[in-house]
Amino acid sequence: MAEFLIKNGFVFDPVLGIKGDVADVAIKDGKIVETSALRSPKVIDATGKTVMAGGVDIHAHVAGPKVNIGRNFRPEDKLFNCTAGHGIERMQGGFSVPTTIRTGYNYAHMGYTTVMEAAMPPLYARHTHEEMRDTPILDQGAYPVFGNNWFVLEYLKNHEIENTAAYIAWLLRATKGYAVKVVNPGGTEAWGWGLNCENVHDPVPYFDITPAQIIKGLIEANEYLGLPHSMHMHANNLGTPGNYTTTLDSFKLSEGIKPNSKFGRAQVMHHTHVQFHSYGGEGFNFESKAPEIMDYVNTHDNITIDLGCVTLDETTTMTADGPFEHHLTELNHLKWANADVELETGSGVVPFVYSANNKANAIQWCIGLELGLLAKDPMRVFLTTDHPNAGPFIRYPRIMKWLMSQEARDQQFDAFKHKDKVIEATNLAGMDRELSLYEIAQMTRAGPAKALGLSHMYGGLAPGLDGDVAVYDFNPNEPYAPDDIEKAFLNAKHLFKSGVQVISDHEIASNGNKRTLWVNARANENPQVMRDIKEKFLRYYTVTLNNYEVTGHYLRNPHVIEVDATQ
Amino acid sequence: METVTLTIKSQPGLFLEADSITPDAFAGKKAEEIVDLPVYVGREQFRLGDFFEVSGRAGATPAETKIVVNGDLSRVKYIGMKMTAGEIVANSNADMYVGAWMQGGKITVNGNVDAFAGTGMKGGEIAIKGNAGNYLGAAYRGDWRGMAGGKISVGGNAGSDLGTFMNGGEIVVGGDVDVHVATHAEGGKIVIKGNAKSRLGGQMVEGEIYVFGNIDTMMPGFAYRQDVDVDVDGIKGRFALYEGDLGERHRKRKGQAIYARLYQRINA
Repeated sequence: MAEFLIKNGFVFDPVLGIKGDVADVAIKDGKIVETSALRSPKVIDATGKTVMAGGVDIHAHVAGPKVNIGRNFRPEDKLFNCTAGHGIERMQGGFSVPTTIRTGYNYAHMGYTTVMEAAMPPLYARHTHEEMRDTPILDQGAYPVFGNNWFVLEYLKNHEIENTAAYIAWLLRATKGYAVKVVNPGGTEAWGWGLNCENVHDPVPYFDITPAQIIKGLIEANEYLGLPHSMHMHANNLGTPGNYTTTLDSFKLSEGIKPNSKFGRAQVMHHTHVQFHSYGGEGFNFESKAPEIMDYVNTHDNITIDLGCVTLDETTTMTADGPFEHHLTELNHLKWANADVELETGSGVVPFVYSANNKANAIQWCIGLELGLLAKDPMRVFLTTDHPNAGPFIRYPRIMKWLMSQEARDQQFDAFKHKDKVIEATNLAGMDRELSLYEIAQMTRAGPAKALGLSHMYGGLAPGLDGDVAVYDFNPNEPYAPDDIEKAFLNAKHLFKSGVQVISDHEIASNGNKRTLWVNARANENPQVMRDIKEKFLRYYTVTLNNYEVTGHYLRNPHVIEVDATQ
Repeated sequence: METVTLTIKSQPGLFLEADSITPDAFAGKKAEEIVDLPVYVGREQFRLGDFFEVSGRAGATPAETKIVVNGDLSRVKYIGMKMTAGEIVANSNADMYVGAWMQGGKITVNGNVDAFAGTGMKGGEIAIKGNAGNYLGAAYRGDWRGMAGGKISVGGNAGSDLGTFMNGGEIVVGGDVDVHVATHAEGGKIVIKGNAKSRLGGQMVEGEIYVFGNIDTMMPGFAYRQDVDVDVDGIKGRFALYEGDLGERHRKRKGQAIYARLYQRINA
């Protein structure tokens, strides 16, 4: 394979602790190597440019049935927003729900090389994998959802951790999934009864279990297996004023549980899109509770979070949190899609316009950035938009700009119609912290890679890691305007994925050789769980087991992470 | 005002997508520059001059530019798309998307137009001397932002799905209309001088529909209120007023719920 030497760039790498020093990065046989290991490399001149590892997105909705519902029912998302194929680049379209091809290319243009699909309904795992297969360049994995799954509800009602773990191991293998995702635990099942679970003690109808039991049980089962990633959590009561207490209650369920993982992560709970979960007040008087949330996160190192920043765009919300999407369509009166996934989960999709003229949306924008600016340890707080829920992922560089520049934030404040009321309900206007590129690299590379248990592959530039390297047209040592940050990080000059140059001089140069990551957790034989699975398929599922498992052509270039959980 | 005259000289094998036929694209250009504007057939790009003879010159601004298009345009789409000012006269039938997303100026079609004329229109005027196809003044597929302003007048009949998701502006149809009128509308005014079929105002929450002729089937969500005297489009008459769609949510103004209004002329 080709050798590359990326010379004289300003390197930002939390793994090696390099904070903008001029250094060379060497790639050989798909991996980062010592520069001395190269023989006749192709030299990439990065003088005056910023060099980082490829970006790692821990939470985005980029593949699967609900993403596709979004694409199907929003043809207007592609209106005047399609480009024809040219050269090796294929036809692409869409903004908030882009085609798989554009998803791959746009992430690559931002210098990202690994993207995790945040919610995979197990029954539709085949579809999810088909879309990931069609997403070029990126390494991907998908998190099957467990928080409303009948098996899980029945086992955890009696706190049967071993059975839950055996089922998780089986389902990860069947769906070729990566991690344990929980969305509105119990609430989506309750939605099947026209109800919801609004706090961690709100019982799930019929199953007679509480969200707290589900959350705690899934954390314990996750640690029983010692999976690479921790339990990945979207708590109850998303988007509701006053919900920060539910969020804190959910956080607290992780207390006293130690991580059991050989993959280097330190957390037992990753809580996603925390912006949506940090609201105080009630009704129209809602306000930021980001400081209370971050006080907790900063002092509890077995938790990681991602931001879920509102980007003030027209977007498409989609979540397995079915009742929340119904709430949203009642609010904005736009079209609504709703789906139930038998025995497992549900989902909803609603377009949403976040407007700078809307006080609530402006407050949401503040909260997302406050969380980032209040982070004491950027290795545990990651940059996301919960794409496409709070905004399309293509806005990550804009969020970097806001996090890195008070001037940019002030410009946005001045554009708010209700500026004074927004400032009153939030804390952002008083914050003068400006994150450094090193901290951005922690939030977008090293941090998420570590939390995913993938720091042996991604997130840094240490020899032995994958050859995922981005070069940006950005000189941190020269004066720049805030917009220069966004411009540079939206359009990487060069990008290497697993040692292949996929972007050369801002152009897509290769469709890469994407991999699908999944976790093969080998647990003890568990005849009871296997019998339960057979019985559920016989009695309830509309498909047979033979038509359920993800195998063969559904998986492109699988990369298996083996976990031995036999005891 | 300067005039550019286009005369079609060869018909496209498929359909010609000519969104460059606008005063905005022509403004400030001479004929020899206008022939180089891009048009598409399928996924292939051509020059406007490959299909049209171009004569005359454009004004300095769109407002000072008039375009006259001659010859059979029944395979030409997107005439006047997104135009902001100036004038277009098409002396023929035209294909789909005439004046789509138009913001200002005037388009006159001396013939029929196919579907989606005035899609997402924000301002200006479209005068169609013949018949209009389906989705006149409607929203783009999937979009909830339909016609928001301006005026469309049709001399003949209009097809189905007239004014879907209409939010403002006015559509006047001289003849009859097919099914689905002002579906999902939240504003605007539709005048039908001939007959209507069925499904008028389905899920409509605000706005007005006037029907001078018959309605085959009234939506069950519209309730008769009273007879009123109305002066619409220069014609005075007595109309039966219906309000609806009662199955939908309705905003309140000063404590009063606002309904969409459907007026049907009472034959003396």
